[in-house]
Amino acid sequence: METLSSLADGFIIALTWQNLLLALLGCFLGTIIGALPGLGPSNGVAILIPLAFSLGLGPTPALILLTSVYYGAMYGGRISSILLNIPGDEPAMMTCLDGYPMAKAGRAGEALALSGIASFIGSFFATWGLILLAPQLVKIALLFGPAEYFALFTLAFATLGGVSSTNQSKTAIATALGLGLAMVGVDTQTGVPRFTFGEVHLYDGIDFLVAIVGLFALSEVFVFLEHRHGSSDAEGRKMAIGRMMPSWAVLKSCLPTMFRTSFLGFLAGVLPGAGASLGSFISYSMEKKLVDREGTFGKGDPRGVAAPEAGNNAAAGGALVPMLALGVPGSGTTAVLLAVLLALNITPGPLLFSQKPDVVWGLIAALFIANFMLLALNIPMVGIFTRLLLVPPRILMPIVAMVSFVGIYGISGSTFDLYVMVGFGVMGWVLRKLDVPLVPVILGTLLGNAMESNMRRAITIDNGNWWTLIDSPLSASLWALAIIGFVLPMIFGKVMKARMKRMAKDEEGALTD
Amino acid sequence: MAFKSTRLFLAAAVLGVSALSANAADFMPENPECVAPANPGGGWDFTCRQVGKTLQDLKLIDKTMQVSNLAGGGGGAAYAYVVSKRDSDNDLIVAASSATSTRLAQGAYPGNTQDQVRWVASVGADYGVIAVAAKSPIQTLPELLEKMKNDPNSVSVAGGSAVGGWDHLKVLIAAKAAGVEDVRKVKYIAFDGGGEAVTQLLAGSVDAFTGDISEAKGFVDAGDIRVIAVLAPERLEGEFAKFPTAREQGIEAIGANWRGFYAPGKMSDEAYNGWVSKIGTLYASDEWKQTMAANGMAPLDLQGAEFQKFVADSVQQIQDISREIGIIK
Repeated sequence: METLSSLADGFIIALTWQNLLLALLGCFLGTIIGALPGLGPSNGVAILIPLAFSLGLGPTPALILLTSVYYGAMYGGRISSILLNIPGDEPAMMTCLDGYPMAKAGRAGEALALSGIASFIGSFFATWGLILLAPQLVKIALLFGPAEYFALFTLAFATLGGVSSTNQSKTAIATALGLGLAMVGVDTQTGVPRFTFGEVHLYDGIDFLVAIVGLFALSEVFVFLEHRHGSSDAEGRKMAIGRMMPSWAVLKSCLPTMFRTSFLGFLAGVLPGAGASLGSFISYSMEKKLVDREGTFGKGDPRGVAAPEAGNNAAAGGALVPMLALGVPGSGTTAVLLAVLLALNITPGPLLFSQKPDVVWGLIAALFIANFMLLALNIPMVGIFTRLLLVPPRILMPIVAMVSFVGIYGISGSTFDLYVMVGFGVMGWVLRKLDVPLVPVILGTLLGNAMESNMRRAITIDNGNWWTLIDSPLSASLWALAIIGFVLPMIFGKVMKARMKRMAKDEEGALTD
Repeated sequence: MAFKSTRLFLAAAVLGVSALSANAADFMPENPECVAPANPGGGWDFTCRQVGKTLQDLKLIDKTMQVSNLAGGGGGAAYAYVVSKRDSDNDLIVAASSATSTRLAQGAYPGNTQDQVRWVASVGADYGVIAVAAKSPIQTLPELLEKMKNDPNSVSVAGGSAVGGWDHLKVLIAAKAAGVEDVRKVKYIAFDGGGEAVTQLLAGSVDAFTGDISEAKGFVDAGDIRVIAVLAPERLEGEFAKFPTAREQGIEAIGANWRGFYAPGKMSDEAYNGWVSKIGTLYASDEWKQTMAANGMAPLDLQGAEFQKFVADSVQQIQDISREIGIIK
């Protein structure tokens, strides 16, 4: 019960007018930043660091502002995923898969509200998890050595088949393409540049943000350009917004999904280096395997919206565990928060909870407050966001192009990245034509490096012995799961496909790209 | 809160006045900008933001220092950008560290050398440490190196930099000083940052950790890891004084990760001297001493020509080791 009294102290710290206002400001700015394609939580927090410093805020208020921005951006990321099929940030990528088809089917309002609720549930549970389990969870993180990480990534990719497409081999090709792209850059294990052609900008590898914006946003623009003579204006957003709140029946069907994925996402967040993207990704693919009996995932299933949103918001909370307790950031955003903590002269680490309880508990209380604020902000604002849909594509698409260019240039300040982005845009357009799913390409680019380094670390530690990869019970069971996840769909795939053919009613609405 | 900011303001005002009188050149950048050659959150970003904030608190600059993140090529993109596009800019400084000189030495910034920019000043140093898990049977640095000497395969060392990076070189410097014949056989595992490397030390995946003292501090305080050697010439001050140096254990190895700034190569002398004196004043201030203490940074007080020479020398030293271990030819 000591925990609860500490939490009460935290609320006393957080519930001042100044802190509440900061939380509101942070939530609002965060939502906007998250919604802009390319600008994700890590950039959002980084952009607002100077604000926190120039306001002369103390450690706790500064952290409250910045974590509200973090949570806000995690909420906001889904908005453009659902409305425009462009992920606002990388964890929101999976939300595109069912969110955009829902919007196309005239259920945009419902999808937004539902994802808002899923986000709330995900972060609400994650915050409780953070409170109750932080010290214990650190021990889980310590179970994961390089070999276990490699097995975890293998599991993630093995279950990818059929997540974003109905064609397993195309998914496999897309994954391989993504993993190949991840090889570009200086190899961290030997320091040798690979596939860089002497170009300094490629030394750090391909920035996945550039890849995401190019593949999703720009290719969308190219597809639009290609069809501009046709029915673009006639098509002119016949899209209806639909009801603003999901019906109780829909909500009820999603609740078990939200609870399961909150748990999964939280665990993924706790593992350093896995983070929110893996959280939403695993949540979605597991949920698809579990409940998608009719093959409606990817075609606008509300559960497909709820799963990744609950998952990625829970992972956001989970990622704070290793950051606070080990000083190891679990994601890009927590890396930025870590820098803020250091700048405020707070050293995160095993002793933070006992040395600076006011900071930690004030922060945790602020997370609760931010979470309720975001729910309150988001449900009424659904109406405003959905107006975006009424903008005709001939106006919307140039804006998308502009935001993409400005966003990417703003992050890196280099024109080289703009060329890379255009290259990815063209690639995305070609892949769409070939019906190859784009999501595995991004996931490969995003996670490929971590996967490769962990494999090589494991093998170097064990002097070149490959069996080390399945040496521990944990890695062996992860491998077993991966193999089952990969093989089962092949066996049951035929049965499913036959069933799906019967169910396939709205081929047009299917998001196979 | 109000009291604290008043006090800060007073301190800043006092220091600001003394700084003005000390700085005869009276250079004031119009749009002070600091390029951090990495994404937000890393060490260079931290250096830029912390120095920018303190310079403004001390009234050494009258506008907020704009921090531009220009990631790429481990600092190479920023270096090439400054040399080719901003070569005569007077308002610009760029965060640098040992990683910068290491990469310059190893030719990892294609076409760029250390004499293309003007090195301004250092703002401190992070001495290297070698640590083991608290429950490890290894107690001293010579013990660890002895094990390494007998069977290089039996010891794996984790660090936060790539192979050939500064964390790796520090172990090699120590190994070489202890008489390990073929340092190329030393098993080094590269992780993404010191934090991850320490975590793997705790998880028992590796036997030893090489990194900076600031990365290890939190874990040492908690009693999770044991620092067996600090690669400093003498024992550090304050709470770090309890760690033995490598030198007192009979191993002549020193490795400091300095932090500092460079400026464009054709910056005017007036601006260069202005920046040198500003960073110098910052370094001498109490605010900066507190920042250093809180982050476990050790003193390294070099400005202007002295710093220029220091960088040139360390580039030379790194080139020698790298050639020996075969990282460069």
